[in-house]
Amino acid sequence: MAELRFSGRVASGGFAAGPLAVLLNAAGGARGAGEPAAEAQALRNAIASALHQLSDLAARAESDGAEILAFQIAMLEDETLAAAAFSAIEVGATADRAWRTALDDQILEYESTEDEHFRARSSDLRDMRDRVLGALSGAATDSRLPSGAILVGEDLTPSRFLATDWSGGGGIALTRGSASGHVATLARARGVPMIVGLAFDLGGVAHRTEALIDSESATLCLDPEPATREDFAARARAARRSRSALDAFRMRPAVTADGTPIAVFVNIGDPAELEALDPACCDGIGLVRTEFLFNQGLPDQETQYRVYRRLAEWAGGKPVTIRTLDAGADKPIPGLTLEHEANPFLGLRGIRLSLARPEPFRTQLEALCRAAVYGAIEVMLPMVTLPRELELARGHLEQALAELRAAGVECRRPALGIMIEVPAAAIAVEAFDAAFFSIGSNDLTQYVMAAARDSDVVAALIDPSHPAVLRLIAQVAAHGAQVGRKVSLCGDAGGEPKHIEALLGAGLRALSVSPAALGRAKEAIARVDLRSLG
Amino acid sequence: MDDFTATSSAALTNRIGLHARPSVKLTKLAKKFESQIELAPAEDGPWVDAKSIVKVMAVKAAKGTILHFRATGPDAHAALAALGALVALNFHEDELDHEGRPGSAHG
Repeated sequence: MAELRFSGRVASGGFAAGPLAVLLNAAGGARGAGEPAAEAQALRNAIASALHQLSDLAARAESDGAEILAFQIAMLEDETLAAAAFSAIEVGATADRAWRTALDDQILEYESTEDEHFRARSSDLRDMRDRVLGALSGAATDSRLPSGAILVGEDLTPSRFLATDWSGGGGIALTRGSASGHVATLARARGVPMIVGLAFDLGGVAHRTEALIDSESATLCLDPEPATREDFAARARAARRSRSALDAFRMRPAVTADGTPIAVFVNIGDPAELEALDPACCDGIGLVRTEFLFNQGLPDQETQYRVYRRLAEWAGGKPVTIRTLDAGADKPIPGLTLEHEANPFLGLRGIRLSLARPEPFRTQLEALCRAAVYGAIEVMLPMVTLPRELELARGHLEQALAELRAAGVECRRPALGIMIEVPAAAIAVEAFDAAFFSIGSNDLTQYVMAAARDSDVVAALIDPSHPAVLRLIAQVAAHGAQVGRKVSLCGDAGGEPKHIEALLGAGLRALSVSPAALGRAKEAIARVDLRSLG
Repeated sequence: MDDFTATSSAALTNRIGLHARPSVKLTKLAKKFESQIELAPAEDGPWVDAKSIVKVMAVKAAKGTILHFRATGPDAHAALAALGALVALNFHEDELDHEGRPGSAHG
């Protein structure tokens, strides 16, 4: 059968493909005429039954849906609505005929209004009409429409939308409908693609079997040719990749399948990355690598202060964890780091270098204390091995504060925490009086596995999900939970879907990932069911 | 019991007039009072029962309409004060209301 294509207006965006399900209006049914008193009773019962159904639906609906149903409930509770129907019954009409005529008159009244918002209410009235007619004929109007199907009809009623299971996909294509109606609002909120104003005869398409809804071209395609289907699939995939991965997950708070919220922060290596980033997509900045500031020698306090302040202001009160200079090893800085170390990863790097060369460290701490006035700046020390290193650094921080205050410079004491990347610190984590712990899984893994990060030949050993690494991570997470200190992970593993389940299973509830990994990390988090991890 | 009639008026300033959700709120509020309450889109009517959502919706009062209220009964003053406040407060629909969003309408 040749494919058919119809153009309409987009009421809710997206792509949907599925079996065609033609919506037929609830039939009036052929009820035998009874005595007027019996007919009036039948109508009263049917209205009561419809109200009961609506209350049930309202109790299950989300707020949008519940408000729409509240309107229908208020209308059905109003005796005025059925007054004309009861009058007609008194003079011999059957309950269903009387009700249909009374409601059709009102529907016509709404449809003839200039105001589109009032006009859109006619679909609520049709919904109420059909629900009561269904109750009168004993038909189940709540029979669920097939999940994943493309519903094609004249119009779709809000209660029917709400009674449909959209979890399996599906879409809506209507010959009438309204892009400003209740169903359109609901469809947008649920992400159900919907096209309205399609010009075709329902009877003429009822024998078709497959439908595609494409909101990019605002078309409904029935029984597509293979080429159409391929083109549709390719464009839907592209749209899905760019939208659902990025929009659907990126902007949402991260939650596991069992409903556990996970804090997701971003790692920033260059403040320019923030320009294209909406602060709403994350819970803050979990790691700022400040090495970018030291590309051309040692930056002065003012230069650093401006950059840190901008980071704090971008985050708007969310935490911004700034790591003090982590020079050495694979990040040499001429004039600061030692040259010709035999084994630089095990040499003078991170906090070791900062304590050995305290002047640049003090400058950085002063800039951080000044910027902390403008946001929730936290200072994180890299490569901490001994509690004494943390305490020496704390001494520098206190002195920086004292000097700034003595000079009358506005400043604030930032929280002071440490990276956990040296196995000794992970194993003896309880010895550190740090405000927070952030696991640097890249270095922790290389040190636990004794496999250099920069060596291809031992790359197979670099596995952050190795039980030995995970055991240390679990120990740090448990310690943090016990003493009420934040624990997060800021290594690359946090942004890699294949490791996320293991990391959450180890007890982590906060991850910091690169901005580009936000979507895939949150998507992977959403697939983790902590209840099944034991 | 002293029965008396009181009248008042208030301008509809919410974004899209007296429609589904505002009407639900208005009629629910009116039903809390004993007095007979009517409303009209003009001083000379037509007056409709403010406790009937079907009739209130049929007024199709658009944004900018001056709504007139008329109440008769023991709590007429209280009823008018409450209804006037509801209209003046835009039916408690703030800027983020669905009805206010372009391309979307509820109500």
